[in-house]
Amino acid sequence: MGVRIGADVGGTFTDVVVERSDGTYASTKVLTTRDAPERAILGGLERLAAAESISLTDIDQLIHGTTLATNALIERRGARTALVTTEGFRDVIETRTESRFEQYDLNIVLPTPLIERRDRHTLSERRDARGNVLIPFDEVAASELIEQLGADGYESVAVGFLHSYVDGTNERRFRDLLLERCPDMSVSISSEVSPQMREYERFNTACANAYVQPLIASYLVRLRDELRELGVQAPLYLVHSGGGLMSVESAAAFPVRLVESGPAGGAIFAADLAARYGRNRVLSFDMGGTTAKISLIDDARPATAKTFEVDRTARFKKGSGMPISIPVIDMIEIGAGGGSIASIDSLDQIRIGPHSAGSEPGPAAYSLGGLDATVTDANLQLGRLHPDTFGVTDIDLSSSLATDALVRSVGDRLGLDADMSAIGVAEVVDENMANAARAHAVESGKDLGGYTMIAFGGGAPLHAARLMDKLGLNEMLVPPGAGVGSAIGFLVAPFSFEAVKSFYTSTVDFDVDGSNTVLADLADEAISFVRQGTDSDVVVERQVSMRYAGQGWEIPVSIGENSTFDDSAADLLSSRFTKAYEEFFGRAIDDLPIETVSWSVRVSSLIPQRASVELSAIPGDAPTCDSYREAYDAASGQKVTTKLFNRDTLGPGQAIDGPAIIAEQQTTTVIASHHRCTVQPDGTLLITRRPEVSL
Amino acid sequence: MSEPVDRSSQADASARVLHNQVMWNRLISVVEEQALALVRTAFSTSVREAGDLSAGVFDTAGRMIAQAVTGTPGHVNTMAAAVPHFINDIGPERIFPGDVYITNDPWKGTGHLHDITVCTPVFRPVSGDDVDALIGFFASTAHVVDVGGRGYGPDAKEVYEEGINIPIMKLVDRGSLNHDLVNIVRVNVRESDQVIGDIHGLAASNETGRRRLLDMLDEFALDDLQDLASFVFARTDIATQRAIASVKAGVYRNEMVVDGYGEPVTLAVAITVTAAGMHADFTGTSPVCPLGINVPLGYAHAYFTYGMLVALAPELPNNFASLSTFTVSAPDGVILNATHPEPVSVRHVLGHFVTDLCLGAIAQAIPDRVPAEGAGAIWNFQASARSADPSDPLKPAEILMFNSGGTGARPRLDGLTSTAFPSGVRTMSVEATEQVGPIIIWRKEIRPDSGGIGAQRGGLGQVIELGPAAGYQFDFSAMFDRIDHPARGRAGGGDGAQGKAYLDGGTPFAGKGRQVVLANRRLVLELPGGGGYGDPAKRDPDAVENDRLQGYVT
Repeated sequence: MGVRIGADVGGTFTDVVVERSDGTYASTKVLTTRDAPERAILGGLERLAAAESISLTDIDQLIHGTTLATNALIERRGARTALVTTEGFRDVIETRTESRFEQYDLNIVLPTPLIERRDRHTLSERRDARGNVLIPFDEVAASELIEQLGADGYESVAVGFLHSYVDGTNERRFRDLLLERCPDMSVSISSEVSPQMREYERFNTACANAYVQPLIASYLVRLRDELRELGVQAPLYLVHSGGGLMSVESAAAFPVRLVESGPAGGAIFAADLAARYGRNRVLSFDMGGTTAKISLIDDARPATAKTFEVDRTARFKKGSGMPISIPVIDMIEIGAGGGSIASIDSLDQIRIGPHSAGSEPGPAAYSLGGLDATVTDANLQLGRLHPDTFGVTDIDLSSSLATDALVRSVGDRLGLDADMSAIGVAEVVDENMANAARAHAVESGKDLGGYTMIAFGGGAPLHAARLMDKLGLNEMLVPPGAGVGSAIGFLVAPFSFEAVKSFYTSTVDFDVDGSNTVLADLADEAISFVRQGTDSDVVVERQVSMRYAGQGWEIPVSIGENSTFDDSAADLLSSRFTKAYEEFFGRAIDDLPIETVSWSVRVSSLIPQRASVELSAIPGDAPTCDSYREAYDAASGQKVTTKLFNRDTLGPGQAIDGPAIIAEQQTTTVIASHHRCTVQPDGTLLITRRPEVSL
Repeated sequence: MSEPVDRSSQADASARVLHNQVMWNRLISVVEEQALALVRTAFSTSVREAGDLSAGVFDTAGRMIAQAVTGTPGHVNTMAAAVPHFINDIGPERIFPGDVYITNDPWKGTGHLHDITVCTPVFRPVSGDDVDALIGFFASTAHVVDVGGRGYGPDAKEVYEEGINIPIMKLVDRGSLNHDLVNIVRVNVRESDQVIGDIHGLAASNETGRRRLLDMLDEFALDDLQDLASFVFARTDIATQRAIASVKAGVYRNEMVVDGYGEPVTLAVAITVTAAGMHADFTGTSPVCPLGINVPLGYAHAYFTYGMLVALAPELPNNFASLSTFTVSAPDGVILNATHPEPVSVRHVLGHFVTDLCLGAIAQAIPDRVPAEGAGAIWNFQASARSADPSDPLKPAEILMFNSGGTGARPRLDGLTSTAFPSGVRTMSVEATEQVGPIIIWRKEIRPDSGGIGAQRGGLGQVIELGPAAGYQFDFSAMFDRIDHPARGRAGGGDGAQGKAYLDGGTPFAGKGRQVVLANRRLVLELPGGGGYGDPAKRDPDAVENDRLQGYVT
């Protein structure tokens, strides 16, 4: 069987994973090399290949997710880019929503537009909301503008005209004229990159695509060349924000779809496990060095959204970043990671993040010069982490530096000793994550009762037990490879593409032909992308997002795979929408017209069904324990004598009653005093509440 | 193995403090969820697009413990004051489990009839008692689409013309919905499905808060909220006093003249700072106006408090302890102290200026923390589109837009271009607006040269050109200010550009009141810029050059 490699470049760590022939995974975690991300990938790959005795020439497939596009947007390291837009709308990406994301900060700094005003140009043309021409495309002005763009030395051009999601003829016309004159120019047009209504989001998405396109294209070429030099001949695939794979060519055309690909891999990882373990309601909890990501996975399918924000500059606050309208796995991301820095505010309350010590200098305990107390320092202080078992290569944890930092950053201000400071830091970060999870559930119209948590990423298994209590969950899984879950997720992702388009019609005067045309076009587009990567059978899923006329929040409604609409379509959609609305809000509203807002078709390759694993909480023998340490147990509120285990030595069926700590290469799992961990046949840790212990 | 760690009483106290902090965070997340639930189901554009809503939790005495941070400072004090009104008017002996109360009284709620406030008591079982005990309240407010009357605009002469007034009463009595009230509302408002939908949404959001609170109390094994409320108030008190101590005690005065409706309005304030708190008195302010731009005092109070919080203590949460530190008074008959039945529909215009008025006073004490004046009031645009040819009837439509001018320059930063302050509303997408109504927006672009000059430049306004779609004409209610009176600079900075409203071709429109735009014509709005801060000669040469390169200054 072929060798498949997953490589996830995150903000702090780069994870490289290989799937062994027995279905298990081997991995390595190295610090990310920000200036040239391929260096960490190649380094990790060589190290892993040596450890697993794999010849690089035997690799069949390399699947890659990267924060490069995200970082280029955040650090403004993209190409010299122009925006061409409809006359009268030059400043859409600068005036944004005309609001302040932080209501109480007089010195707020709004995000700088990706493309400065002097690089934004306008053209005389205009359509209305139905696509009718109000002002015709000015061919003469277009030619003059193109001359100017060529002379000014732009590398990339974004084109965004008003209402182009209805009709993109003028954007395509401008691109054709531009490429005639400047054949080497990168061009991104909004009606292809993101044909969704709302000019700010659509224009900005086109600008982001144009801005990172030259950089991503050259990175992909460089990575491929360097892999070849090492002897890797295998094809390279990229993970996109919607949690599927795409070809290098698609990634080069729509690089903005690479944004958030790492977290998407994590959600795919969790969805795969949800299917294997037969859990229909799963809360995926992924905590790394910089942020925590939480998503909900019902029926083994991660929830998706059509727009999200990158580069939230202020406390990950909504509105402090820039919107990107592309299909994306719906998750909430907050500034809560191992490297998140603790501070004290004017109310003498402990605050965590959003600033992260990252990988340079890292938490104080890393001995790399960091002075601020971080979540990792608190975990070390509380006995949850230990210098001897910390799984990141090249880092020696220093307990005394962590203690000093906690006292300096927290204890001195509040009159607490190092232990109490650490307890405070841990409690606040756990509470922040729990609150984010609850808010996300409310926004998704879900109740968390009965959900199973799947914890992965280097930090999550340390915090998951506490989060279970705070969210009222009774079951949690820590799968093998939890420390590198996103990269493993890459290896189980299907080839997929989701095409989305805004199209308005109402149940009152439903446009049957228009709807059929939109669905057919979207299906064609999605299939052609998927066919760049695979010839296997595909699944087609179609959705329409609907709302009561006058509302601002749509609910997605699924429609059958192949049916064509006829005169009964309005009734069909009404009844499906009404049912969905009742599920969300308890009661539907009579007699209001319902309108469609956006349509989407997702095509994905069929992935082979994995053998299902029956989870069992029946405790077998307890493994012998010959190592103990004092560690804080949040449930009982004190440091207690805690059993220590190495995960590699545990066998199926063995059961461990908390308090206990299970260390492994890339992460550490904390078992609370009222929890029991049962080792499953595949090595997964199943953590449940001990029936005989009450809180 | 070792013995359990010895825990001193000092450590116990520390643990309690940390525990209280965690519970406080949780309570804030409960009200944030309450607000989210409302945004999700709201019909009103101003709620879902602009964040014109609020949500909070109160103790049994009606003291607010936590409030969600939402888009509008106008509800800061007003909602906090509303719950004691509910308790008083319903009567403590008539408060039962399963009740829900409602009002839109401008003087007991949030300042105009368009804001509906719904309040829900929370009961909890008490051990050893058959009867559940009242432990607090949830309240939420939303700006609804319509309340009948003349529609949203400044032209009413009395509040009676502005729509239906629902006195404090039970919307739900022990689980049973008051169908009579719902029917009365239904026949008195336009878009009744949406308005009634929003009322149900308010009740549902309180219910979300109630359930989450009970879960929280179970989890933390608390009987009620009193101890936690005491902790929150005590912590807030200390921080509030610390913030106020940074301002020298004394009396600080300011005056500002704005356009008003028909004749200019003078707003005047004297802020007295003592160790105990800050008090704003509005003596010297112009008398009430015969038209609907008057402001109930509670609404002026909110924008005063908001101004002081942003200048002195941005981290302070809104609750009983922080808000009771800031008090107001005004003589009878002034425009910031309107009383029943004076018209108040468009109270936001002058209300929004109260923040800059009060910041201008306090700037004398803390000049390096206060920005110059900004465009202030949002340039709301409400139009009723009708068929231009009566013999060819087209579907009528209502259109609502929010647009903002520039904010004042900050001591160390330029003002914000086309950004709302003090209001927190968001604008709507042009494409979404055109999808919904027969309007064409031809231009919505930054207005160069509109920011006041200074070491820090004022935020730029914007230019908007719009007209009816083919076959339509429209009436619109103007609520525009700073056409005659610009935002003033501070510390040597120049004034922002005045606003303009005119028909294509140049015929000026009035800043307030109902007017017509005929078919094929365009209305042009040039929104005001913010004032500059500091000596223009001291502006960073790079910033000057950048202004020129970007076309912010021509």
